[in-house]
Amino acid sequence: MKQASRWFSRNLIRIYAFLGFAYLFLPIIYTIAFSFNNSTKSNLVWVGFTWNNWLNPCGAPDVCNALGNSLKIGVLATFFATLLGTMMAFAMGRYAFKGRSVVNILIFLPMATPEIVMGASLLTMFISFGFNPGFWTIVIAHVMFCISFVVVTVKARIASLDPRLEQAAMDLYADERETFRRVTFPLVAPGIAAAALLAFSLSFDDFIITNFNSGSVNTFPKFVYISAQRGLPPQANVIGSSMFLIALVIVLLGQFVGRKRAGVR
Amino acid sequence: MVDASSSAHGDLILKNLTKSFGEFIAVDDLDLVIPEGSFFALLGPSGCGKTTTLRMVAGLEEPTSGTIFIGKSEITYEKPYKRPVNTVFQNYALFPHLSIYENIAFGLRRRGVKNVDDQVQKALDLVELTHLASRKPNQLSGGQQQRIALARAIVNRPALLLLDEPLGALDLKLRRAMQIELKWIQTEVGITFVHVTHDQEEAMTMADTIAVMNEGKIEQMGSPADLYDNPRTSFVANFLGQSNLIKGSILDASGNSAVVDIFGTKIGLPVDRNHAHDSSVLVGIRPEKIRIAPVGTQMNGNILEGGVISDASYIGVSTQYQVEMPWGQELMVFEQNDDGTPPLSKGDPVILSWSPIFTFGLAGDQDVNAGSEAHPEIE
Repeated sequence: MKQASRWFSRNLIRIYAFLGFAYLFLPIIYTIAFSFNNSTKSNLVWVGFTWNNWLNPCGAPDVCNALGNSLKIGVLATFFATLLGTMMAFAMGRYAFKGRSVVNILIFLPMATPEIVMGASLLTMFISFGFNPGFWTIVIAHVMFCISFVVVTVKARIASLDPRLEQAAMDLYADERETFRRVTFPLVAPGIAAAALLAFSLSFDDFIITNFNSGSVNTFPKFVYISAQRGLPPQANVIGSSMFLIALVIVLLGQFVGRKRAGVR
Repeated sequence: MVDASSSAHGDLILKNLTKSFGEFIAVDDLDLVIPEGSFFALLGPSGCGKTTTLRMVAGLEEPTSGTIFIGKSEITYEKPYKRPVNTVFQNYALFPHLSIYENIAFGLRRRGVKNVDDQVQKALDLVELTHLASRKPNQLSGGQQQRIALARAIVNRPALLLLDEPLGALDLKLRRAMQIELKWIQTEVGITFVHVTHDQEEAMTMADTIAVMNEGKIEQMGSPADLYDNPRTSFVANFLGQSNLIKGSILDASGNSAVVDIFGTKIGLPVDRNHAHDSSVLVGIRPEKIRIAPVGTQMNGNILEGGVISDASYIGVSTQYQVEMPWGQELMVFEQNDDGTPPLSKGDPVILSWSPIFTFGLAGDQDVNAGSEAHPEIE
């Protein structure tokens, strides 16, 4: 009894860590496991193991069309949000102008607004402008809510940049353009990359705002939501698992490159 | 692109240079000529305007008024990248994303030099870090980064090299070694070095000429020996080393040596070392110039009697005494431990003397402690 309690107290942190990780990863393990489920109608009960879903990910009707739309929207929204957000971040991080603190607060507001309200009002706005909800209204809506996140991420990176590095570049015969190209941009680039990844995952993941403003266009989250009512095909799990694995590879790659850059061997 | 090696050369000339930040005047109507090829130090406490002066020369700060010339060409409002001037920044400001090699090649490449390899290698040789060319700055120690920052600036052969507290981040031992190395490199390359520092020892070790700055103005300029032996203001007397300053009044200034009364004792002060405007004077003497002996010893020169040792600290090469004088002031005396006599102790009555030629006289209306509280660190 005494021995058992000693063992318990010695391994308490490990047990706690195990439970913590189990809480975080059990749902993901379920997602991956059920992508191998040999189900026919509903993917809620384990039937048997099969490779078929992975060999034929577009097997369920419309799933790959929805995925394609999501990827296209994600790339477009990421591109425009990163471009605009980075420029805003530079303006706010580097130049003292009148009303800068007000702009700082305004940038935060879209993040604080409930998505469901934002989605509804965006639809109202598009209709009053005479736009038909569809692919481009989704892109516009996604760019809009991604910008705030990009600005905040890139601005943090700019704030941590030592202004003396740019002064040193100017001192070493680099004019304003060269200084930006050779010093400022390469040093801010990791922040911009992080912002772009964040924007992409926000866009790819979004259901609420998309659902209001998509008209008849299907996206992957919308597909999952709608088909869940009739029984989700295991192909959705295949795509979800793939996204998870791709993200994992990107994170590991980033860590590896970062370590190599920092010179840790 | 600028070719630094062929553009302006000559003395650095600052005329009526002023920089104010709102109400605060950082640099106040500065006139200064720094001769080509010299090692010049701007010495002063933080906030005295020395760094602002340097930044205006580098082009990183725009003067409120006044002009800056290098030789015959004016650079007052020239962009930093168009000046034949390079800077070694306080925290080196090496580009973290570039290798050491590319850091050094940066200036050459921007000026459109085609084959940089030869010059980069020479610069690396000069600072003896050839083997680190492929590393990144954060893989180097502080001392190595400092030398790379120097190589990155020198490789461009500017007319003028500015050093902003270049050794501030290094530890004492490394700092001493780098002082000697910097002086050697300056002699080797023959570029004008303008060195900004708050460390008097650093300035005195390296510079040919020092300008002591205080509140945006130059208090005094001269060789290290000139500034130390014959200061003109109480600020300089206290900021460079330590000084005993005693209030007195000049009784007779007709001969080569003025007669000064300090609290009833008459002492001699060479007239050419007297910078007082009238009879009110601060008599100055450096602590190591004073001899100390038990009462009754035969002494000559300027003699002060009636002192009592209030503190004695033995520090190996010397013993440092605080001596309380009859008028209440404590005088410092540094005595070399070179004659075998046992050090005196606290409470001993003593007699002080020094050769009159070491005495200096300052205007009597100054603050006796000016500059001493500004000492950043006493080592």
